[in-house]
Amino acid sequence: MLRLSRATKAFLLVVVAIVLVFMYAPLFILILNSFNESQISGWPIESFSTKWWIFAKDYQPIRAALLNSVLVATGAMIIASILGTLVAFALKGFEFFGRATVNLLVVLPIALPGVVTGVAFSNTYSNFLSPAGFNIGYFGMIVAHATFCIVMVFNNVFARLKRMNPHLQEASADLGAGLWQTFRLVTFPQFRTAFVAGALLAFALSFDEVVVTIFTAPPGVDTLPLWILKEMARPNQASVVNVVATVVILLSLIPVYISQRLTQERQ
Amino acid sequence: MSTATESRPISTYLFRRPRVRLFSLLALPMTWIVGVYILSLFLLLITAFWYVDPFTSLVRPGFTLDNFQAVFTEPAYISTSLRTLWIALAVTILSVIFAVPLGLYMAKIAPAWLRNALAVAITLPLWAGYLVKIIAMRLVFTEEGFFNWLMAPFGIKGPGFSMPIVILTLTYLWFPYMALPVYTAIRQIPTNLFDASSDLGARGFMTIYRVVIPLITPAIIAGSVFTFSLSLGDYLAARFTGGATQMIGSMIAANINLNPPMAAAFSMVPITFVVIYLMVARRTGSLERM
Repeated sequence: MLRLSRATKAFLLVVVAIVLVFMYAPLFILILNSFNESQISGWPIESFSTKWWIFAKDYQPIRAALLNSVLVATGAMIIASILGTLVAFALKGFEFFGRATVNLLVVLPIALPGVVTGVAFSNTYSNFLSPAGFNIGYFGMIVAHATFCIVMVFNNVFARLKRMNPHLQEASADLGAGLWQTFRLVTFPQFRTAFVAGALLAFALSFDEVVVTIFTAPPGVDTLPLWILKEMARPNQASVVNVVATVVILLSLIPVYISQRLTQERQ
Repeated sequence: MSTATESRPISTYLFRRPRVRLFSLLALPMTWIVGVYILSLFLLLITAFWYVDPFTSLVRPGFTLDNFQAVFTEPAYISTSLRTLWIALAVTILSVIFAVPLGLYMAKIAPAWLRNALAVAITLPLWAGYLVKIIAMRLVFTEEGFFNWLMAPFGIKGPGFSMPIVILTLTYLWFPYMALPVYTAIRQIPTNLFDASSDLGARGFMTIYRVVIPLITPAIIAGSVFTFSLSLGDYLAARFTGGATQMIGSMIAANINLNPPMAAAFSMVPITFVVIYLMVARRTGSLERM
C-alpha cells in the first residue's frame, strides 16, 4: 500500500476539494443566477425569482433557436450513426492496408481545432460552392456537425464489436441466414445498446457545439448555443442567458446519462 | 445446402468476396469524410495561396505566397502564435499539477464509494456545455462577480478578464481530459510496487516522484494531447474571458470575412502544431491508450 504521512494525505484531500470547488462552483453560480431577479447577473444575488424562466419559455427567438438545435442535432445524429457504424464494422472485421489511416480520418474532425474545421467548411461553402451556383444553406450546418459526430458512434460501436463473439455470426450463416438476416437477428441486437449510446452522445455533442456552427450557420439562423453567443457579445450579461445556459446543461446531461446507463448495463 | 445458396445470391456473393464486403462498408463513410472534410481542408490550403482583390474586396484565385510570408514575418502573427503556444502549455502543466494528486487520492486513498463518486463528478462537467462553462467563468471573474466578492474581505482583487483568466478558463474546460487518464493509470499500478518502494526506504513523496510519475507518463501525454490541442485552437475562451488577449483562433476568426486567404494561411499554424504534437505523442506510444 502507498504509505503516506498524515500531512501528505491532508494535502491530497485539500487538492481534491479545490478541484471540486473549481469545477462545480462556477456552474452553481450560473444556475443560481438564472433565478436572479435583476436583469444583470452578479454576485451576491439580491433577490430570487423565476421571472426569466417564464420570460424565456415564451420568447420567440429562444424557441426558434431550440428548434434549430434539435433539428441539426437530430440530422447530424442520424448521418453519424449510419457512417460511424459502417466504419466500426469495417475496422472490426478486416485487416487491410490503410486501416490506421481510416481510423485517423474518423478522429481528425474532432482532433483539429473547431475554428479550423469551421473555417474549412465555410471556405468551401462560400468560396467554391456558392460561386458554382450551389447554395448549401441550412444543410451545411448538418453536414459539418455530422462529420465530427461520426467518431462518437464509431467509438461506442467499435468497442462493443470487439467484445462480441464472432462465432455467433458464423453459426447464423451455417444455419442458412443471409447477411442481412444475420445482421438484423443476431448482430444488431448485440450492439444495439452501444449504438443507441453512441447516437445519444453524437446528439449531445452536436447540441452543445458552437465554434463550427458560427462559421457554417446560414445568416439569420441561430442554434441555442449561437443565440447565447450573440447575447454574450452584449456588454452586460442578462439573466435570461443563464436560463438558456441551464437548459443547455440539462439537455446535454440527459442524453449522456441515458447513454452511460445503456453502456453500463451490459458490462 | 444448394437451395440456401440459390435463394441468397447477394449474401453468397459477398460472403465469398471479403474485399467487396470491405469496400461496400467503407464506400459511404469514406466518401463523406474524404469528399467533404478532407477536400474542404485541401481547398482551405489552396485558398491560402489566393488573394483579395484590393478594389472589389472579392477573393480571387491565383498564386501568391504573401499570406504565408505574413504569417512568418508580421510581428502580430508571430507574437500571437507564441502566446497561444504558451497558453496551451500553461493549461497542460496546470492540469497535470492538479490531476496527479487528485488521481492519487482517488485511486489509492479514497474508499470505493468515494472513488466512484469522484469519477462521476469529474466526468460530468465534460458534458455540461462548452459555452455554458465560459459563461460560468465570466460570472465568477467579472468585476461584480463571485471571486471579487469572496476575496474582498482579504483585500484581494481579481485580475479581471486577462490572459491568466484565459488559462484558468481553458483549464476548467479541458481538465477532465487529463484527470481521467491519469486516474486510470494510477489505479493500474500494482500495490506491491508501493510496498517495494517503501521497503527500499522511499518515503511517500519519493515514491510518487520515482515510481508513480514514470509509470503514468504515457497517460499524462495522452491527456496532454487534449489539453494542448484543444487549448491551441480555442478562441471563444480568449474572446469572453481574455479582455484584449488574442489567440490564433481569434485572428483566424477575425480574418475569415475580411481576408479569407489570410485566415486560411494562418489556419495552417494550429494544424501544424497539432499534427507535430500528435506525431511526437505517437512516437512515445501513448496514443494507443486513448
